Amino acid sequence: MTMNGRETVLSAVKGALSGVPDSERPDDAPPSQGRRADHAGPDVVGLFAERAAEYRATVVRVPAADAAAAVGRALARTGARSLVVPPGLPEDLVPEGPWSLLTDVPPLTVGQLDAADAVVTTVATAIAVTGTVTLDHGPGQGRRVLTLLPDQHICVVRADQIAPDVPEALRLLDPYRPLTLISGPSATSDIELDRVEGVHGPRTLDIVVVGDV
Amino acid sequence: MSGADNVVWLGTPPFPEAARTALADTRLRANLRRATGTIRDKRLAVAAELEDWEELRETAATIKRHTLRHLDHHLLRLEKAVTAAGGVVHWAADAADANRIVTALVKATGEDEVVKVKSMATQEIGLNEALADAGIRAYETDLAELIVQLGGDRPSHILVPAIHRGRSEIREIFRREMGEWGRPAPEDLTDEPRDLAEAARLHLREKFLRAKVAVSGANFAAADTGTVAVVESEGNGRMCLTLPQTLITVMGIEKVLPSFVDLDVFLQLLPRSSTGERMNPYTSLWTGVTEGDGPRNFHLVLLDNGRTATLADEVGRQALACIRCSACLNVCPVYERTGGHAYGSVYPGPIGAVLTPQLVGIENAASLPFASTLCGACYDACPVKINIPEVLVHLRAEAVEAKRRDRLLPTTEALAMKAAGAVLNSPRRLAAVQRLAALGARLVARDGRIGALPGPFARWSGTRDTPAPARESLRAWWRRTRPPTGEDSRTTTERKG
Repeated sequence: MTMNGRETVLSAVKGALSGVPDSERPDDAPPSQGRRADHAGPDVVGLFAERAAEYRATVVRVPAADAAAAVGRALARTGARSLVVPPGLPEDLVPEGPWSLLTDVPPLTVGQLDAADAVVTTVATAIAVTGTVTLDHGPGQGRRVLTLLPDQHICVVRADQIAPDVPEALRLLDPYRPLTLISGPSATSDIELDRVEGVHGPRTLDIVVVGDV
Repeated sequence: MSGADNVVWLGTPPFPEAARTALADTRLRANLRRATGTIRDKRLAVAAELEDWEELRETAATIKRHTLRHLDHHLLRLEKAVTAAGGVVHWAADAADANRIVTALVKATGEDEVVKVKSMATQEIGLNEALADAGIRAYETDLAELIVQLGGDRPSHILVPAIHRGRSEIREIFRREMGEWGRPAPEDLTDEPRDLAEAARLHLREKFLRAKVAVSGANFAAADTGTVAVVESEGNGRMCLTLPQTLITVMGIEKVLPSFVDLDVFLQLLPRSSTGERMNPYTSLWTGVTEGDGPRNFHLVLLDNGRTATLADEVGRQALACIRCSACLNVCPVYERTGGHAYGSVYPGPIGAVLTPQLVGIENAASLPFASTLCGACYDACPVKINIPEVLVHLRAEAVEAKRRDRLLPTTEALAMKAAGAVLNSPRRLAAVQRLAALGARLVARDGRIGALPGPFARWSGTRDTPAPARESLRAWWRRTRPPTGEDSRTTTERKG
């Protein structure tokens, strides 16, 4: 039945396109690259911090030595009591404090993650113009569900990981990994277009930008 | 594969009738005016931030048009890439095929419920109803879709389907219905959006955590890598795309893009055009299955359902470039006053008026190409530059032609147009008719305006006043006030020819 559907659809497509001349090749289309304007300006890191904050993420900029302490302050602000730590997260990003640490090795159950208060991750890249952090679930970022169920996501971004705009960021990413682009906390505008943060994903997004300040 | 079988057409009254009912609903109109106005302003502001916005639109339009012209090629590439990444590709010629495929896939898992990400394609094929017939319960997880589903209602906007509902109505729906579907709403639920969203969060979370099968649509799919993209705001999409063991994605065949890097164009255009944001809160991209992360089984159902018929129309095919941003709805003066239900289709607004008749066949949605003032605002707003007015006019001609084919006798309109043609072709006849009209109109006009008329003119005059013709035509005035010189008479002669 499936093969049948395949033949039916493909021959219908071919029939519909009989007017397209053979001389026109499928890969003639102009490539998407090379027609980019600079929307970011010179201060890429500053723009990223500003745009991410406009999405009601809490953004702080700290020198490298202060990264763990900044993570600790974010946890203290929400009163988190448990922190999920993905495999491969640099140890110097994990703050000491009154919270228990949950590692995802072996994988935590959905119930354990649902009960956890916060998660801390690194990123694959970030996008200044849109205030976006991008996870490719590599080391330090964990499975996708780790950044979805706990109610607070603390994201550590190195200043040199911030790409100016969407095209540059996409070219840094590996399409064969699962990718999640996050711009601010979970939000909805479905009720009379009133924006409400926190529907199903984390209600709180903390971004710690690490680098020269 | 008859168009009339597509569920996209819901069989409600034809547009003029449905619109008249909607126009009488003052609260609906107030809701719509506020909502569309708000999104419109946000969209303009964020589009203006990108100085190459027009260039981006042009690029997007080129990519889409070119991809459509070689759709078979790109679909085969997509199939190959998805399969290589561990996914399974299915092809569905119509709604019934797609529903059969999805139902069989769900049954094979042994489950009798699925969680759903908001998707136009699954609405178009009536998937929830088909699953229900097979004993499978489908839970909508987008907040607006949840409101619509619990209310036993129909979506009225592509992007914000419950835009026609006010907060107190939503509270009542939640209090009345949530218990029937799962966790009941809290006793002390208020009508604050924050509280309502929280009730939805609690209601749905238990479903997310136990779900074994999810169904989604797709915003884009890259043919070179097999990467599928879903953009959303709430995180319900991420829940469905990562928690269950089996993910079934139903995607219209027109959603394919040649390559992963093309996504950058559309990820810049879509959020800004739809919600007026620089980027939506969550974008998920996945390629097949990934060991240890997310679903173990991924099925991609490629859906035709009238799309190849649309593709065969060289004017109409541009409607397939639509990325479902809903910018055209929010700028449309007709949509703003009638709302989405009047269109009787899962695709309302200007894009619905061109897409629906093509997907289901013009004879099944003949009134929709006329549900427009042809003001062109939709064309200006469209991020992929679909010339909606052009397609509307094209489809109007087809609707008239389809009607003519089916009738033994010409319509009154056709007769009137024929008579008008005869009059306008002859200056002498035109002058005579103008004199008669001026005379006749003065008898029926009041304060220079003609109100409702009887007989064949009733449908035209019932909704508008007509200015009475001037006492004297321009030609007559010209002749009376400017005695003919050589030049004037030459012009007149030329015109006659």
